[in-house]
Amino acid sequence: MGDSRVIRVENLSVRYGDEVVLQDVTMDVVRGEILVVAGGSGSGKSTLLRHMVGLSRPSSGRVEINGVDITTASPAELQVVMRGIGMLFQSSGLLGSMTCAENISLPLSEFTDMPESFIGEIVRMKLAMVGLEGYEDHFPNELSGGMRKRAGIARAMALDPDILFLDEPFAGLDPITSAGLELLVKRINQRMGTTMVIVSHELESILSLAQRIVMLDKGKKGIIAEGDPRVLKDESPNPHVRHFFNREIEEKDETGEHGA
Amino acid sequence: MKSSARKGGEDRGVSIVIGEEREARLSLSGRLSLDNLEYVMERVDPLLGRPQLVSLAVDLEGLVRIDSAAALFLLRMQEEARRRSLPFEFVNISPRVMGIIDLLDKSAIRLGPPSPREKSGGFFEDVGRTSVMFLDDFNQCMTFGGILLSEALYCALHPASIRWNDVVLSVKKIGVDGLSILALISFLMGLIMAFMSSLQLKQFGANMYVASLVAIAMVRELGPIITAILVAGRSGSAIAAEIGTMKVNEEVDALVTMGFNPVRFLAVPKLLAAIVVVPLLTFFSDLFAIGGGMAVGILGLGLTFHTYADLTSWALTVHDIVTGVLKSMVFAVLITGIGCQRGFSVQGGAEAVGNATTSAVVAGLFLIIVTDSVFALVLNYVRW
Ligand SMILES: Nc1ncnc2c1ncn2[C@@H]1O[C@H](COP(=O)(O)OP(=O)(O)OP(=O)(O)O)[C@@H](O)[C@H]1O
Ligand SMILES: [Mg+2]
Repeated sequence: MGDSRVIRVENLSVRYGDEVVLQDVTMDVVRGEILVVAGGSGSGKSTLLRHMVGLSRPSSGRVEINGVDITTASPAELQVVMRGIGMLFQSSGLLGSMTCAENISLPLSEFTDMPESFIGEIVRMKLAMVGLEGYEDHFPNELSGGMRKRAGIARAMALDPDILFLDEPFAGLDPITSAGLELLVKRINQRMGTTMVIVSHELESILSLAQRIVMLDKGKKGIIAEGDPRVLKDESPNPHVRHFFNREIEEKDETGEHGA
Repeated sequence: MKSSARKGGEDRGVSIVIGEEREARLSLSGRLSLDNLEYVMERVDPLLGRPQLVSLAVDLEGLVRIDSAAALFLLRMQEEARRRSLPFEFVNISPRVMGIIDLLDKSAIRLGPPSPREKSGGFFEDVGRTSVMFLDDFNQCMTFGGILLSEALYCALHPASIRWNDVVLSVKKIGVDGLSILALISFLMGLIMAFMSSLQLKQFGANMYVASLVAIAMVRELGPIITAILVAGRSGSAIAAEIGTMKVNEEVDALVTMGFNPVRFLAVPKLLAAIVVVPLLTFFSDLFAIGGGMAVGILGLGLTFHTYADLTSWALTVHDIVTGVLKSMVFAVLITGIGCQRGFSVQGGAEAVGNATTSAVVAGLFLIIVTDSVFALVLNYVRW
């Protein structure tokens, strides 16, 4: 097994019109780890994720997944890369015109040659994994927000991807469901070796899940801290990072920047 | 010179006392809130503009209650005084009032409003900007058209990759569901056309030409146009809204990350359905219009069913029918193409979906009329 870095982000800059959202972000994701991307609202977490999976092209910089530069890849190459990843969107991204079961079986019946009955069983198994057994025939708009999130996770895992991207999987869940989901994520990671990139700002989830954390900041438009959250919590040289982990508010400084 | 003015305002729950001319002392008492703030501002604002003023103290002792707007007013007064470098102070400020003033973010007041995002740069810049936007839009439409046609071609060569369920569903939505209203409109069109023309033709005893008039006008021009307009209004808008909403809900992104090609997945089935169904609708439209004309012919002009049918078939040529079908196929491609393009170009929220829907219909109608004119010109010269 060659390079242990499955994703390499190099000098990624993202601009929307005149507004710079990310500036020169460089980071790696190591095979088999659980990486959490944290940061305040609007700091560019979803944006970073979208660029990591090649949904948008950056203004400059490159993103490599398994050695393929997805910023310059052809649509055909991109499709191959895409089949190796699963993604949960912040608003779940379930197809509204299909039931839960159809949403999950969609990639299965498209990209595999398994018989329908077996696909049906896989679907039921995946739904049970996220605690949604019995909701096969419900449409997404008949589910609660948290259930939609879970169905989205089930769909993201349909093809057993190597890399799983989860945009705020724990937001809006009650503590029990949330803890159950954390356990599930951990298990999938340990037993199947799935690399996880999770956007979250639920402190407890971060502390219990993350092997490594990358913190983005709106002022710096990039990464202000990187490392083990349990260490950063007390030992980060950056007061903003310590405030984040210890849930402290901070005085607004006039420049709007938090020192790096 | 000393001047002490007491200004009425108790009925508004506030009283204002303005003290000396040069070293002014402003006393506010009572209740200061959004209801009476304008009244207070009117009287206090001129104070700061006085040229003789050397210092200002604001006495808040009697102030019982303020709200955040009133606190903002007080802060603004302080800021204004600082700007004019006047000595300024609040006196007898109670902890309650202080607490509310503290709630406000002082740096945000000093910052002022952000510069407007899109400022108009005068006539020429606006014209330039609009032209660039128009060209950009044209460019995007052409690009999308290319993608759509190449995907359609791919699907034609790989029929297994077509989602037939979706095609059938779209056939129902575009065709079957629209048939009744199309039939009604066409029937009435034929009826009106026959009725109006018969009034004129009667004068020359040329009644029997009503049949050929209705047949030729409908089959060559009006049938395809009415159908296209109806489909653009019913289905072009629906397609744009559906895809646009999917875009907003990240459903399109989800398709991409699952390895699907969103154009092939969403647009091609609709395109195929429209290509099949719009010519059929056009055919029905022609038929019902002729039926409308026939109703007038039989009931009003004393023609028999047979005569009317004979006259109609005598007036029509194969060329008319084939070009009508051809035309409606082109319309079908234009309507679905522009509907999908507008849907996929949605960015943002609900409002963007609304704009895309409107734009899909307007642009669709525009394309239909322009294409129809081109057809009219070309077909006039090219006859086989
Ligand atoms: N399509 C877009 N057009 C313009 N600006 C955008 C667009 N998408 C995001 N932005 C801007 O990029 C910035 C980062 O957005 P992003 O969605 O990545 O934040 P986030 O960190 O995921 O926040 P949250 O935790 O609230 O989801 C925001 O300031 C937003 O205004
Ligand atoms: Mg986000």
